Amino acid sequence: MSSTAVSAASGLRLPRWAAPAGVAVVLAAAYVVFRGTATLPHDDEAPQFLAVTELREWIDDHRNDNPLFLYFLNYIRLFVGALHTLFQSVLHALGWPGITGVMGALAWLAGGWRVALVAVAGVSAFGVLGLWESSVDTLALVGVAVLLSLAIGVPVGVWAGLSARARRAVTPVLDVMQIMPTFAYLAPLALFFHIGAPAGAIATMIYAIPPAIRITALAVSEVSPTAVEASASLGATRRQTLVKVYLPLARSTMALAVNQTIMMALSMVVIASLISAPGLGGDIIRGLSRAQVGIMLPAGVAIVVMAVVLDRMTMALVDRDPHTRLRRLDLLAAGVPAAAGVALIPLLPRVWPESLTINVVAEVNQAVAWAETNWYAVTTFAKDATTYALLNPLESLLTSAPWWLVALAVLTVAWRVSGPRRALTALACLLGIALLGVWEHTMQTMTTVAVAVLLTLTIGLVLGVAAARSPRFSAVQRPLLDAAQTMPAFVYLLPALALFGTTRFTAIFASVVYAVPPVVRLVEDGIRTVPAPVVEAAVSTGSTPGQLLWKVQLPMARPAILLAANQGIVMTLAMVVIGGLVGAGALGYDVVSGFSQRTDFGMGFVAGVATVLLGIMLDRITQGADRRPSPRKRKVT
Amino acid sequence: MSLFTTYVERGNEEAGVGDSPDSAAITVEGLWKIFGPRAREVLDGDDRHLDPAALREKTGCTAAVRDVSFAVRPGEVFVVMGLSGSGKSTLVRCLTRLIEPSAGSITIGGEDVRAASPARLREIRRHRVSMVFQHFGLLPHRRVIDNVAYGLEIQGATRAERHARAAEILSLVGLDGHADAYPDQLSGGMQQRVGLARALAVDPQVMLLDEPFSALDPLIRRDMQAEVVRLHREVGKTMVFITHDLSEALKLGERIAIMRAGAIVQVGTAEELVGAPADDYVADFVRDVPRANVLTLRWICRDPEPGEPLDGPELPAGTRVADAIGVASASSRPIKVVAGGELAGVVDRVDLLAFLAGQDTPARATA
Repeated sequence: MSSTAVSAASGLRLPRWAAPAGVAVVLAAAYVVFRGTATLPHDDEAPQFLAVTELREWIDDHRNDNPLFLYFLNYIRLFVGALHTLFQSVLHALGWPGITGVMGALAWLAGGWRVALVAVAGVSAFGVLGLWESSVDTLALVGVAVLLSLAIGVPVGVWAGLSARARRAVTPVLDVMQIMPTFAYLAPLALFFHIGAPAGAIATMIYAIPPAIRITALAVSEVSPTAVEASASLGATRRQTLVKVYLPLARSTMALAVNQTIMMALSMVVIASLISAPGLGGDIIRGLSRAQVGIMLPAGVAIVVMAVVLDRMTMALVDRDPHTRLRRLDLLAAGVPAAAGVALIPLLPRVWPESLTINVVAEVNQAVAWAETNWYAVTTFAKDATTYALLNPLESLLTSAPWWLVALAVLTVAWRVSGPRRALTALACLLGIALLGVWEHTMQTMTTVAVAVLLTLTIGLVLGVAAARSPRFSAVQRPLLDAAQTMPAFVYLLPALALFGTTRFTAIFASVVYAVPPVVRLVEDGIRTVPAPVVEAAVSTGSTPGQLLWKVQLPMARPAILLAANQGIVMTLAMVVIGGLVGAGALGYDVVSGFSQRTDFGMGFVAGVATVLLGIMLDRITQGADRRPSPRKRKVT
Repeated sequence: MSLFTTYVERGNEEAGVGDSPDSAAITVEGLWKIFGPRAREVLDGDDRHLDPAALREKTGCTAAVRDVSFAVRPGEVFVVMGLSGSGKSTLVRCLTRLIEPSAGSITIGGEDVRAASPARLREIRRHRVSMVFQHFGLLPHRRVIDNVAYGLEIQGATRAERHARAAEILSLVGLDGHADAYPDQLSGGMQQRVGLARALAVDPQVMLLDEPFSALDPLIRRDMQAEVVRLHREVGKTMVFITHDLSEALKLGERIAIMRAGAIVQVGTAEELVGAPADDYVADFVRDVPRANVLTLRWICRDPEPGEPLDGPELPAGTRVADAIGVASASSRPIKVVAGGELAGVVDRVDLLAFLAGQDTPARATA
């Protein structure tokens, strides 16, 4: 790089890349000179950590005499806890015949017999996998969290949809909530609401509420203004217009809000198990921490099945022809399985019969062992190549550079990509991380994120461009992408763990798999939406397909590609932090050990805050692209 | 020229501009609507007299309606016509305060609309004034009959009552048999019939129609215009009709107000606008109107010259020029134009030919 800079300097007029190259040279030189000075090494006993641990001790001691807890937080906990108990006892009282019947009936009402079949088969799968109890616990937790999310999110969303001022107030809060890695919620919640089901439900609710608010607001603000005006012109009150015009017209988009809220909740309930929320997540966490794919796999499959069933049911509501009304026949048909299920409760055993379950733990573990030995060459090559060629050099670069140099580099890059205001925000986040005492671990996490993002963008661009150019490839790829985006984030750790064991690369692999689908989709859509007349004009001047791609389609798709990069980074960070469970170390590991060991609570808490700051920083650096929609945005827009 | 001025004045008296507000269905006095953060300041200062472009330059405010006054007689079809951006849609929305006016007074059926409380305003909207929109504003999730019944529903009518009334109105607008369809299953013209029916269902005294047919195909538009004429004849509502289409305005309007840049340039009958445009803007507008179909003999008759024979056929002054041609071709004598039993003037074949050829009318020639 230095040689190119020199040759540029010898020219009369500096080319456009000369300034960035010059800055890079200066930064590199500064690194060589100051390497090893002003580093901020990690200290498990840092005073910041101890202070937080002490705070927790204090809160635990005063949970029952401090007025804030006594009269406010404890009541919330009790309320959510009672709600959860209610859900749980109703579901357990229904037993497997009742739940199967009722779910089948609801699915029938939502989308006809096909969806009902999926629902019945899915619910039965929980029993077959031998996970009936924990599946029902998860269902109860998701139920509570979704109910609360909608109870709060829909009114707020409607308000934000009606009032521009409310929207301006809510949007930045949602932005921050959406780039916050899931782990970050847990520690403060454990602090205020203790651990257990209520805290898990609240954490899940916080994670799932942004799409409920955002999509509801969108749905309401998209209601035809003429219809609203017509209603007002006939003398309707605001309430009448809301109930008779806004809500019915927003209904099908609001069904999408329900769908997204459920999907988000499903991916969070697993993580909520870290603060002792009951359900399938417990099995997954146990499997992850012991690196036992056999324990995880059934639970992972059950979560995916639950996601598919709930997704099909709610998407059927979204896609439903707005003019069809429920026919009596449908009500009858749906009533049959529900009644049958409920009637069978006393007749069939309460517990799913042992003979109908399949236990696969041993087989799966064997299969994984087989894969480890037989694919050793391939997996180890991929792992080692990434580790030695990318991870290690970058990590030693970031950890041995003086902190002020890293800060300077971040400021420069962010300034150039996203402008001064965002650059200063990014700088403030970085300095905050330094003050928190987790600099070294943050640099390590950032290394993992950087490598994962690099791989994600490379793969995403290639697949996206391929899909945009070949309709057949796109047709094959699209259902895969749809399926991938329905799955809860956690599931991706499964194959990663099976193939690579517990290493940093495992987290990278999982986050690449997790973040590639939206990147592919954004790139493909970006290229496809290049106006046809422009493409036609380029072809008519004799461009080759390659020239068309490089000179027309990619430059015009630039905003979409930048947005893809931004999304990729935010999603990757979330996954890399979760990867702390499977050997990615650094911040993610700090967070996890903060939950498992009381003495490390402070470190875990601080690491959680640092991931938030890191997330905001990376987001601001890359926000040069346009406004960013929800990270789990679907095909339906 | 003097003939014209007297005629125009008389026309205005007939139109009731000078009448007391009680006898008018709608009276608007000095109405202003200024959009923008500093609307109040602009209104209180001298800036309001600036033309709209300069005002926006100077204050960032947009004056959509500027000092508009007019009165609409009961049962009249009053057309407000202007190009897009002339403020006509804002004006019509100000009448029921769908857009809150900045200044001025509005009286509908003797009631001061601007002083009305929110509850009272809703009463006015529910029972006195209803509106038809350019893009229909139908509720897609409701069947046609429930769309028509919407106004009655929010008034609290029972289902049976409102459906009976809605069915009645649907057959009035020719939509029998479509009660159970959804709006998106109907053509544009039929959707606007639903819009008309919804406005009629509450039995208002006044209907405001905001470019109701602009979104329709020309042929359908002609049908719908005929429909409005028929409905007006049958139900006799006072109508304020907004349009940017001059031929529509001439066809429907008993009187027409021409708006430009938020202000009314001229109010008058089609004849007055074509015969005596208030300024070049209006003249430009009406240039392509076939004058023989709009103007009457009143506009082209002249005093008989000495010795001219006065034993030709007699026609009333209100006869349209186009209708006089047949009479003139049957008799070589000049036509005697009679108004109120007295001789107003004469018109001969040469006058008619000169008029049809687009040359100056004798009145202008003598002026």
